[in-house]
Amino acid sequence: MRAYQDRKNLQKKAYYSDRFFKAPPVPRKDVSTDEIFANDLKHLKSLVKIKDSYIELDQLVVIIEPKDICKVMLSLKQELEYDFLSELSATDFLAKSNQFEIFYQLLSMSKRKRLRVKYMISQDQAIDSIMHIFKSADWAEREMFDMFGIVANNHTYLKRLLMPEDWVGYPLLKSYPLEGDEAAKWYEVDKIFGKEYRDIIGPEMRDSATINIKDTKNFARVKHEVPYGEKYSGKPTDFGNYQEDGGVPLISKFKKENSKELNSRK
Amino acid sequence: MAQHKVNYLQDAGLPVALTTVDKLVQWGRSNSLWALTYGLACCAIEMMASGASRYDFDRFGTIFRASPRQADLMVVAGTLTKKHAEFIKRLYDQMTEPKWVISMGSCANTGGMFNTYATVQGVDRVIPVDIYLPGCAPRPETLQYAVMMLQKQIRRESAFQKLKPKRLV
Repeated sequence: MRAYQDRKNLQKKAYYSDRFFKAPPVPRKDVSTDEIFANDLKHLKSLVKIKDSYIELDQLVVIIEPKDICKVMLSLKQELEYDFLSELSATDFLAKSNQFEIFYQLLSMSKRKRLRVKYMISQDQAIDSIMHIFKSADWAEREMFDMFGIVANNHTYLKRLLMPEDWVGYPLLKSYPLEGDEAAKWYEVDKIFGKEYRDIIGPEMRDSATINIKDTKNFARVKHEVPYGEKYSGKPTDFGNYQEDGGVPLISKFKKENSKELNSRK
Repeated sequence: MAQHKVNYLQDAGLPVALTTVDKLVQWGRSNSLWALTYGLACCAIEMMASGASRYDFDRFGTIFRASPRQADLMVVAGTLTKKHAEFIKRLYDQMTEPKWVISMGSCANTGGMFNTYATVQGVDRVIPVDIYLPGCAPRPETLQYAVMMLQKQIRRESAFQKLKPKRLV
C-alpha cells in the first residue's frame, strides 16, 4: 500500500522519492570478446599496473593507479591512436568511501572505438594535469576544480571556470545544498550592496506558489494596480486611453464607419 | 520669393496646440523609449522578435541600443545568474535618468524554475523594476503590451520629478 500523503500544498514538497528505485545493472563483458580492445589492453598492461578492466556498453573501461595517468594518456594518444579527449571529470563518492572517482573519456577516430580511463583518489589528494597531452583537458580540469575542488598539478592556469572567482564552496559535491549555502544565498547582496543590506532586501523568496494580492510591495493585481506599498483597494484602476485626451495633433482617429472592407486583394 | 497666405480662420485653425510642459516632455519621452539590449536567455529571442518587422518596436519609438549611455529602458530578458548580478547593476547605474526597467519572463521575475544556488531569485533583488512581465517565455505581443503600459505610466508622471527612491536605490 502506498504511504499516506497529505494532499495540502502538494506542490511545495518533492513528490518523488527513490525509495524503491534500484539502478539496473549494466552488463559487463570480458575484454577478450573484442580483438582491438584486447590488443590495447595488452599494450597498457606492459606499461603500468591495471587494477581492473571490462567492456561496458561497447566501451573499454580501464581502472588504473592515480600516479600512472600521464604515462597512460601519452601512450593512448601516441601509440594506440586515441586522439580525442571528449570529457574529463569527477564523481563524488565521499559519502560511500571518502573518495572521488576521476574519469577520462577518449575516442579513437581511426579505430572507431571509445575508451574510458578511471581511477580513485582520496578527498585531499591532487591529480596530475594532462593538459600538455590533450588541449581539451585545460578547461575540463578547471571545471573539475570549480565544481569539486580537485586540484590538478602542473596546470598552467587553474582557476574557477563557471562560478565567480570569490565563490565559496564547490557546487557539485553531494554535500552542497541545491538552494545554496549561506554564502551562496546572499552572494549578490553581499557583493553589490554589502552585508548590512541583507535586512533591507530580505531572504530569497523561492516559493512561487504564494500569491497575496493585498501585499502591494510584491504583487500587483492586473487592472487593480496601486502605487508601491500603498493599501490595496478592490476597485479597478482606470489608466485612461492609450492616447492622450482628444488625440494627438496631426493624427486623425480611425473611425469604423469611414472604413472600407475589401473582399479580395487589389 | 514665393508669396503665400494661409487663411487660418478657414483652414485647420491656428497652428497652435495648448498643453502643459509635463505632458509635452513625457509625450516625447514615452514615444522614444530606447531600450538596452539585455538578452540573457531564451526570452531574448522573443525580445528580438518584438523588435523585428512583424511586431515592430520602431513604431513605438523603441529602438534597441547597445550602450547603456544611450538607453532609458532596460528589458531584462532571461535568467540572471549570481555571477552576472554585479554587471546588471553596473549597467543600470550607467543608464541616464530617467530610466525604467521591464523584468521579462519568469526567470527575471522570481528566478523561475531555476530554484538553485547560482540564480538570482528575481532581478528586483539587484535593481528596481517598473513592470513585471509574466510568461515563459512571454510572446512578443505581451512585451509590446508591457511597453504600452509603461508608456501610459510615463505619461501620467510629472516630467521634473527626481527618480523616486524605489526599493534598493
